[in-house]
Amino acid sequence: MINAADVVVIGGGVVGCSTAYNLAKLGAGKVALLEKSYLASGATGRCGAGMRMQWGSETNCLLSRESVKMLSNLAERLDVDVDIEFTQNGYLLLAYNKKMEDQFKKNLIVQKSLGIPARWVSPEESKEIAPILSTKGLIGATYCAEDGHCNPFKVTEAYAQAARKLNVEIYTETEVQGIVTKNGKIVAVRTSKGDIQTDTVVNAAGGYAKTVGRMAGIDLPIFPERHEILVTEPVEPLLGPMVMSFFHNLYCQQSPHGSFIMGIGHPNEPEGYDIRSSWQFLCDMAERVVEILPPLAGLNVVRQWAGLYDMCPDRTPILGNSPQLSRFFTAAGFSGHGFMISPITGQLMAEMVLGKPTAFPIHMFDAGRFERGELFVEPSVV
Amino acid sequence: MSDDNTIICRCEDITLREIREQIAQGKHTSEEIKRACRTGMGPCQGRTCGPLIASEIAKATGKSIADIPLAKVRPSTGPIKMAALLGGEKHD
Repeated sequence: MINAADVVVIGGGVVGCSTAYNLAKLGAGKVALLEKSYLASGATGRCGAGMRMQWGSETNCLLSRESVKMLSNLAERLDVDVDIEFTQNGYLLLAYNKKMEDQFKKNLIVQKSLGIPARWVSPEESKEIAPILSTKGLIGATYCAEDGHCNPFKVTEAYAQAARKLNVEIYTETEVQGIVTKNGKIVAVRTSKGDIQTDTVVNAAGGYAKTVGRMAGIDLPIFPERHEILVTEPVEPLLGPMVMSFFHNLYCQQSPHGSFIMGIGHPNEPEGYDIRSSWQFLCDMAERVVEILPPLAGLNVVRQWAGLYDMCPDRTPILGNSPQLSRFFTAAGFSGHGFMISPITGQLMAEMVLGKPTAFPIHMFDAGRFERGELFVEPSVV
Repeated sequence: MSDDNTIICRCEDITLREIREQIAQGKHTSEEIKRACRTGMGPCQGRTCGPLIASEIAKATGKSIADIPLAKVRPSTGPIKMAALLGGEKHD
């Protein structure tokens, strides 16, 4: 293992790999990435694999629009031979009451102003877009044909391969155990395989971002929360878009492989690192998804698992330098939508670390916003 | 086994050659190979391919097969129809 680096990135998920690649590309010098398990072993590899541009805040719309653009030709951009399984079959967001309709229509105004091709569709049109959809109780939906799907393992792999080509050192099975500071500055990162001298750290540890923050004496308001998910046997194409219902608190998409991937958010899920699967989820999920997509009753579930959302109180990530410790950057707290904005996030983090102007305004993601009471709330999260 | 075209994961049609390629690229755990090429993600959940992949990793790395963990076993034990999960105790 190297014993000194210009920047140490902690976390081998998609955000860590994207950040490490962009740092090397922008000339940050020697970059090391540390992952305690294998790449994409955490939230990245456990997520629902969707990408959508239909957000309620201008910033999230901008970041996701840019990320979709980058994902559409990622392998060429990174000059690697990895098929990331990018498909654009759309997202259909279902509205079941007036409050949702109003929120969605408000969101559409923001989306349209930014050139995101989303529109309001009637229950009948929804049924044309997704023939297996039950329109019972539905008052309408918003649809964006350019939202879609990507394979998170492959996107991470693409960034990791591109980073290695630029001489980024990636250490898997290497756990960060401490961050050594002196006179308010970082001096080294302590790992299970030795120390790396550095003055700059990027904390991209997802659900463990708070733990990593504490190693540097910083209290980040990010907390881990279990989210469960399951996958069915692969079948012939039945459903194009990702179907999302904030009313049922669920999402469901047929992947290019043919299997259906689906999950629900549990409102009473306690904070914690538990990622065990539960039978309650299995029953709950089946019941709710069959209500919306009845033909799925005939499908076999083959596997269920869980992962951690890295939650922020306002469901918006922290992207930036710490107000307490110089050159301790955080890119975490994505609250369930980190994968889909990871391409642009990596670029923005690299720009910030190198003191360059960022491609998009991201001051609202500043870590100090909680103390100032300037929360940045995204209205459209499952 | 020497035939590279031998199917190791029957659910997902993954050959010995593909697995050896993953190992050669530095993926030395069952979990990483699973995520790279879908071995063990099908209906049988790795019951056939799991031990075969572990033995390939052991051969390539010179480790004992006892030191190569299989991929994590996830529920359910076998495939289960969504319809079988509906109703349940609420409607008894």
